[in-house]
Amino acid sequence: MSTAVASRLTGLTTLPPTPEPLDVPQQRRVTGKLARHDLLMMGGAGVSAISTTMLLFGRLTPMSGTFGFLIVAFVLYIVIYAVIASVTESRPTVVDKVMNVLLTSSAVIALFALATVIIFVIIRGWPALKHSNFYTEDLSTTGPLDPLTQGGISHAIVGTLIITALSLVFTVPLAVVCAVFLNESKSRSAQLVRTVVTAMTALPSILAGLFVFVVWILVFDFQRSGLAASIAVSIMMLPIIIRSADVVLRLVPGGLREAAAALGAPRWRTVWHVVLPTARSGIMTSVILGVARGIGETAPVLLTAGYTAAMNTNPFENPMVNLPLAAFELVKSPQPDQIARGFGAAATLMVLVLILFFLARILGGRQPGQLSQRQSKRRLVQSRHDLERIEGRHKLQGVHGS
Amino acid sequence: MTATTVLRESERDGTPASPRKLFQRGGRGDRMFDALTGTSGLLVLSIMVAVGVFLAVQAMPALRRTGFSFLTTAEWQPDRGQFGIAAVMLGTVLIAAVAVAAALPISMGTALFITEVAPRWLRATLVALVDLMAAVPSVVYGLWGAKLLQGNVIGISRWINRWLGWIPIFSVKGADPSSPLSSASVYTASTFIAGLVVAMMVMPIQCVVMREVFSQVPPGEREGAYALGSTRWGMIRVVALPFGRGGIIGGSMLGLGRALGETIAVLLIISPRFDMNFHILEAGGNSVSALIAGRYNESNGFGLSALMAAGLALFAVTLVVNFTASWFIARSRSGASSDA
Repeated sequence: MSTAVASRLTGLTTLPPTPEPLDVPQQRRVTGKLARHDLLMMGGAGVSAISTTMLLFGRLTPMSGTFGFLIVAFVLYIVIYAVIASVTESRPTVVDKVMNVLLTSSAVIALFALATVIIFVIIRGWPALKHSNFYTEDLSTTGPLDPLTQGGISHAIVGTLIITALSLVFTVPLAVVCAVFLNESKSRSAQLVRTVVTAMTALPSILAGLFVFVVWILVFDFQRSGLAASIAVSIMMLPIIIRSADVVLRLVPGGLREAAAALGAPRWRTVWHVVLPTARSGIMTSVILGVARGIGETAPVLLTAGYTAAMNTNPFENPMVNLPLAAFELVKSPQPDQIARGFGAAATLMVLVLILFFLARILGGRQPGQLSQRQSKRRLVQSRHDLERIEGRHKLQGVHGS
Repeated sequence: MTATTVLRESERDGTPASPRKLFQRGGRGDRMFDALTGTSGLLVLSIMVAVGVFLAVQAMPALRRTGFSFLTTAEWQPDRGQFGIAAVMLGTVLIAAVAVAAALPISMGTALFITEVAPRWLRATLVALVDLMAAVPSVVYGLWGAKLLQGNVIGISRWINRWLGWIPIFSVKGADPSSPLSSASVYTASTFIAGLVVAMMVMPIQCVVMREVFSQVPPGEREGAYALGSTRWGMIRVVALPFGRGGIIGGSMLGLGRALGETIAVLLIISPRFDMNFHILEAGGNSVSALIAGRYNESNGFGLSALMAAGLALFAVTLVVNFTASWFIARSRSGASSDA
């Protein structure tokens, strides 16, 4: 569209502004900076704590063990640091410095624990993970004593995908519509549903499994199957997705809803064309986080799908196994190769969860209503198009505005 | 200076300031929309109620048989009519207590570190990593606990037992802490180790709630404390912690609710036993969910009913804990906009 046409049109209607780069943000001043004597104090306290601990361990007292070493060194570090700081600083500053170290170290401990979990599982599973047959074969003809070049967990991977896909089919439509209900309905029943859903997030997963086990398998006499497992997982996932989708929908700006209403849209059109598209990335995130929870469920699957070593692609009959359950069953074996397979299954599961998690991060990074560059370009083109259309209609009717 | 009373628009008119009632009579589309969403709400409600009611109904035969002694019996022999949740519930509570006690300082410290101490560029990464911790499947934590943590923690168990063994819950039967060569097996598979693993799952849940609350501390109060010459810790102590009290309590209880229901990590670590075991460092323990996972297969109709009763009791406890948590969070100053 030429600029001349555009300027003629803009006289009549307000166009959404072209996205411009934000103003250069003000430079933020750094208020807390480490001075040289701070670093020297920390370093000195560190060296002296480690030396003292080394002296204590093995020389002066019969203490031993890496874990104990770290703890003793840490406590000594805090004490020595506080003593050094108190030579020059006032009491509140010393307390502040010590608390700073404590807060930092609690974050470091948490991240260290996470890192050991990830690295440990991958290292222990590596002997199994490095063979390609681990991903393409099942365990039906492989015994616990067979080497890792035979057999794999393809049946568990397929089982995980089937069970998760089925539970997605069950939960997503229901959860999203129910979250819309919670937000759009002003009735008292919506409050009741919200309370019950909140209550059900407290349901221990094993009870969801026990429920399906008794109803589906004992009362209705169906087989243990992938379907039963996905029902149990759905009961787990449903309240989780509803609750987070409910929160996301509540964040949709009221102005958008009111604008749609002011333009005469019925409520269902407001929801379909305004509320849901606005909250799309948030809803995707809540679904993905629900999946990340459901994909790792072991207890309900243990009760409802049983364990099998063979590939089973039919969710309606015969036992089916998913990755967490396979890991759980395999590590119970005394054979090192079988344990490696179990860790391999756990590592595969963790990689799946990681992928899902980063997908959720990428999709859910934006606030509701905040558009990506491509989306806002598309919106601009769309509304120019609308404007032309409206202009054209006006011309036809001969009521051209001045 | 004269005092000025500012009347709101409505007060001047003498009409009360309440929003007008809106009436909207929808068309056919809206009626269908209402029907659809209403049905889905009803469906979700009925599924959820069905689970609860079904558990209760199925648990009735077992509860009727034992009556009140269900709460006080430690044994689990449904075939002989001798069963109760005293031992397993005690085990569940002890594991959850260890988990929360271990996770609370770490999660609070991490939440404060993220909101107050960490440099700006690090914050988003840390938030993502804590969320990631919450997404790691429990079986992975279980494997880590059983194969890595257990071996490293025994030294600490021994140390606690040696120096604090005179406190009843830290004493261990058959242990000789004074001899470094004594068998380590008395310390394995204990409630303490299971609790530490569950702490890994509880910590991110607590941390997310607390971080949410701490990040809502009003900047005015925060800067006011700094302007009065407070150090960072001084500000945290007098502004952030009191402001976030509801979130801290609520977040810890939310974590407690998760810890009570954890199955697979506990199952991987403890060796089940059915007596009232207060000694958290001692080998063996139990929890309601581990009991269900271990026994569901060998049970006949009545045994299942007994398991249902145990599950019902567990559900009742987690329900109370979770609702108390939401109540604390909603009641706190910061709770209005937090979603936990």
